[in-house]
Amino acid sequence: MLAETPQGDAVAQLDTLLSYEIPEGVLLDYRLAGPVVRACAWAIDAALRGVIYLVLVLVMTLLGGVGMAIILIGVFLVEWFYPVVFEISSGATPGKRAMGILVIQDNGTPVSPSASVIRNLLRTVDFLPLLYATGLLTMLINREFKRLGDLAAGTLVVYRDEQRTRELPPQATASKPPVELTESEQLTLLTFAERGEKLSRDRRHELAELLAELTGLRGDAAVNRLYAYANWILKGR
Amino acid sequence: MRQQQFEAENQSRWDEIADLMDDLQRPQGKRQMPLPEQLKFPAYYRQLCSHYALARGRGFSPALIEQLHSLVLRGHSLLYRQQGGWRWRLLNFVVSGFPRAVRRSRGYFALSLLFFLLPALLMGLGCYLQEDLIYTLVDEITVAQMEDSYDPENQRLGRSLERSSETDFTMFGFYILNNIGIGFRTFASGIIIGVGTLFILLFNGLVIGGIAGHLTRLGYHDTFWPFVSGHGSFELTAIVICGAAGLRLGRAVIAPGQRTRVQALKEQAEEALQLVLGAALMLLVAAFIEAFWSSMLIEPATKYIIAALLWVAVICYLLLAGRRLHEPR
Repeated sequence: MLAETPQGDAVAQLDTLLSYEIPEGVLLDYRLAGPVVRACAWAIDAALRGVIYLVLVLVMTLLGGVGMAIILIGVFLVEWFYPVVFEISSGATPGKRAMGILVIQDNGTPVSPSASVIRNLLRTVDFLPLLYATGLLTMLINREFKRLGDLAAGTLVVYRDEQRTRELPPQATASKPPVELTESEQLTLLTFAERGEKLSRDRRHELAELLAELTGLRGDAAVNRLYAYANWILKGR
Repeated sequence: MRQQQFEAENQSRWDEIADLMDDLQRPQGKRQMPLPEQLKFPAYYRQLCSHYALARGRGFSPALIEQLHSLVLRGHSLLYRQQGGWRWRLLNFVVSGFPRAVRRSRGYFALSLLFFLLPALLMGLGCYLQEDLIYTLVDEITVAQMEDSYDPENQRLGRSLERSSETDFTMFGFYILNNIGIGFRTFASGIIIGVGTLFILLFNGLVIGGIAGHLTRLGYHDTFWPFVSGHGSFELTAIVICGAAGLRLGRAVIAPGQRTRVQALKEQAEEALQLVLGAALMLLVAAFIEAFWSSMLIEPATKYIIAALLWVAVICYLLLAGRRLHEPR
């Protein structure tokens, strides 16, 4: 079910994009999170856990023997279940959330409680011999950046899909392109129109002038002509 | 159909779906839309998927495709999430799920038991017969501490085993941190082709057996055995069950059968998890018994009777609980 390239392009792209075909018959794309961003997330979580331990010890030492028991049980719970609690409730620990990544099942659904427990129990092996050396090695030799815990639990760590406002292509009077365009050429024009305003002026000109043979124009005029073509593709006449 | 016409026709539906998903993301009690509206979600979602497929198939603009993609992504994770019912599942697990899982793993359990019990018996016998053998395994300071805390002489002075109730609580916390941690590691290290699990089982078997043999040899049996026999029922059984869970992981890596290793690992981990979680609950019970019952100074005879009852209870629970008339074998 896993396709290697998102849209079946002729040239396989070297990318960390993973496509999964869902039961509804469409492909969903996930952007996999690599070792570096995950290490950063882990460091943030480690710092946060340190703070929790500190507060726990400071408060509970006032309570004598029972307080000691609460410290020990607290250490047990934080050591083993800190990530589980956050992953089940929102898919990401505070560290992962800060880095904009989250844990999902490898079928794209939210991480299940049992999978979360498995991947976090196996952390202890991924950590061996020190600082997640085993986990790192495992992540580097499989396609989906999975550490042992992810392999056993069937989970993935991916980038959170941030909600962006959609860029609309600049409005222009539609004008029919002088030649018949293939689908991928049309798509290229649309992409240019949607992203053009984000590029620098010079780069925009440079790109538009690649088609100088077709438009016979230069500079802003060439850009605007391409916008007009894009508008024609979108609306028709 | 041109892209703009397509968008104009469907934009209102997409907004509707986005609003509905916002609402569904809230906890069940706090949703604002009436139930019939909420129930439209699967149908809307399927429609959304087909719009997304259309947009991709017709080569509409990347920004539109991305917008629909992120809607589908949200819908997918909303529709296929697991939620609720955990109290019922927990009860069900304790009453029948866990003992059934242990019985399904009887082969792994037997192997795990063998790797724990055999070294324990051999080392126990060895240390009982020969004085120095224990030092090959445990350092002198630890042995001295062990001897000290189970020395009947000390006990008569009221110094050692009788503890304050505060110490009981502290020890409860310590047993949870230490023992359940060992249980989890016994499971997890099974992924190292089972060797990690076998090593932990073997090592714990040797140490526990060795110390028991050594203390019995010194004639401390009236302090040692009444202390350990009670919680041993839950504790040792649970460690062996964690061992069985670890061996399942090892099996998946060594002999995945007609599956890929990753697929076998996933299936075995799912099954093993039930063993580990059940064993963790057993270790919790063991910690409680060890901290509050085992530490009490009562007639050894009473302790042995309770211990025997606990062992029978554990064995009966694992063998019989959740058994239907025709349990699939």
